[in-house]
Amino acid sequence: MFGWPVKLHEHQAKTVLARAGIPIPRGRIATTPDEAANAAREIGGRVAVKAQVHAGGRGKAGGIKLADDPETARTAARAILGMDIKGLKVEKVYVERAAKVRSELYLGVTIDRDRRRPVVMLSTVGGMDIEEVAATQPGRIARGWPDPRLGLLPFEARRLCFEAGVPKELVAAVAAVAERLYGVFVSADANLLEINPLFVQEDGSVIAGDAKLDVDDSALYRQTELATWKETLADERLEERARALGFSYVQLDGDVGVIGNGAGLVMSTLDAVRNAGGRAANFLDVGGGAKAAVVKAALEVVLSHPRVKSVLINIFGGITRGDEVAHGIVDVIRAQPPRVPLVIRLSGTEAQAGRTILQGAPLVSRETMDEAASEAVRLARSSQGAPPPSTPARKP
Amino acid sequence: MSVLLNRNTRVLVQGMGREGRFHAGRMREYGTQVVAGVSPGSGGTDRDGIRMYDTVAAAVDATGANASLIFVPATGAADAILESIDADLPLVVCITEGIPVHDMLKIAAVLAESRTTLIGPNCPGAITPGECKIGIMPAENFSPGSVGFVSRSGTLTYEIADGLTRAGLGQSTCLGIGGDPIVGLPTPDAVRLLNEDPTTEAMVIVGEIGGSAEEKAAEYMRAFGRKPAVAFIAGRSAPPGKRMGHAGAIVQGDQGTAGSKVRAFEEAGIPVANAPSEIPALVREALRA
Repeated sequence: MFGWPVKLHEHQAKTVLARAGIPIPRGRIATTPDEAANAAREIGGRVAVKAQVHAGGRGKAGGIKLADDPETARTAARAILGMDIKGLKVEKVYVERAAKVRSELYLGVTIDRDRRRPVVMLSTVGGMDIEEVAATQPGRIARGWPDPRLGLLPFEARRLCFEAGVPKELVAAVAAVAERLYGVFVSADANLLEINPLFVQEDGSVIAGDAKLDVDDSALYRQTELATWKETLADERLEERARALGFSYVQLDGDVGVIGNGAGLVMSTLDAVRNAGGRAANFLDVGGGAKAAVVKAALEVVLSHPRVKSVLINIFGGITRGDEVAHGIVDVIRAQPPRVPLVIRLSGTEAQAGRTILQGAPLVSRETMDEAASEAVRLARSSQGAPPPSTPARKP
Repeated sequence: MSVLLNRNTRVLVQGMGREGRFHAGRMREYGTQVVAGVSPGSGGTDRDGIRMYDTVAAAVDATGANASLIFVPATGAADAILESIDADLPLVVCITEGIPVHDMLKIAAVLAESRTTLIGPNCPGAITPGECKIGIMPAENFSPGSVGFVSRSGTLTYEIADGLTRAGLGQSTCLGIGGDPIVGLPTPDAVRLLNEDPTTEAMVIVGEIGGSAEEKAAEYMRAFGRKPAVAFIAGRSAPPGKRMGHAGAIVQGDQGTAGSKVRAFEEAGIPVANAPSEIPALVREALRA
């Protein structure tokens, strides 16, 4: 299974499903207990009040409550709004009509990297973590790999139903949902689209109980509506800011700041820090052909993190030029002497010119990645840098 | 002394913008035959002494090009790849980053029915040192020899090639296949090409966390390996669930972990370097054994 940063909320995913003709329970979003009570009154009957957060396991965390009347819905919303689920604060709830459930199915589409095809999965074990089902009872999941040029064909959808053991009176309805779901998977540029559970109701109709939609961020340029639905979590703001500046940044939990060019090289640099007995504070890839201004911004972002006690800059010049990198570093040092030691390793295109520019600057230069990592780890240990902040780290 | 590209390869460049022109120039300096440029609407003109064509088909007709290098921006790159496959080019290299994965799924399906080998997207390209370079890698880090090299990462490829070159270990062909979840030439296929190449005496396989291409390559080598190989996996210290720049480099659940890849290589009798700097010594050892 693979996931992506652009995750949509359940109510957003359901909106997309409903447009494609997939039945969803009537529902409304609420940000206050009063709004939740009004929504419950409008919907009528029994409702579910569901936390809208980008975290799995909402139900177990108490983020989903059933309510038989508007007053109970108000109480439920009061309990859920503001709740902390896996470090995320619940800011809105989705109030929807409770399904009259006879049984539950799992239906999902994702990308099978090995087969280089989309894979549609259907199981009569609904409502469960499908990865757990896949690990413990792989025979319970029927899979199909449609040709991406043809889409999920009717016979493929039917075959999935029969292979999964869907009761024959439900096959037509479930197959229709599968075909439509596949259509949304393609039209939304999804990496993952799941209905889990897909409820079979007492009257034999099927309806989406929950929905999960992760969108390929490379396709946001043509997913203009979905792009506007994207929310940035507090912890990702720095990562978002980094992206706007033209590099890629991931927060980690160590104290050695890392800057490099190229994802593979930066990952290897993180590994080198660990091999030297240290822990990296971040992943930062300035990308190909970074100019001085980008390097300067990258260094500022890394230094802005209070936990960082030394910074390791590892550049192997290709399109990226050593002299450009050196200029960026010198600019930062000139504006304000860094509060922690810098270790640099420059190699490749214009590395010699870069080293000349850096001569006399207050930093340590090393020939190889391993030597530079060892030095950065040693300096982080002996650094007088600020102690780590006392705020508890959030689990991803 | 190579796979896929050699001194006889005739390259056309799709997307002769700033990047395309710059690298076309660098490739010619290296000795690559750059025979045509393709940018719609530019047909009949000349850019830096390179004849321009409106379509890939026209360029192939006029010049006998048998490889394409793509610099077209992400919104048009999938179309550019399909145009080259349609022109039946044996080799297509796509440098462009950020092609939507759904486009790559369609391309993978078309590729499977074609005779085209696609390297990339989101890659540095391929080089047969001393003969032909199709890509953006700094050529001075590479040297001719008999070590075949496949890598999912860009800059790390330069780092490792530089290490091999300094150690006197030249390369037959280096394939930078790209870090996306769906690439044209996945690691196992690249490994198979090098394994079957008579001029390649040893192999370096550089992988990353994410997916199971390395495990598949190890399985293949265990069954069919004819020559010694050394592996390296980037991202051994990366935490699960975090995507490290490359769209493919993400660990979900127990899939694609460094541990699983290292185990697969070791079970296939392929030593795994702890750091890129260990690779040359391991290659030397493997060649002696």
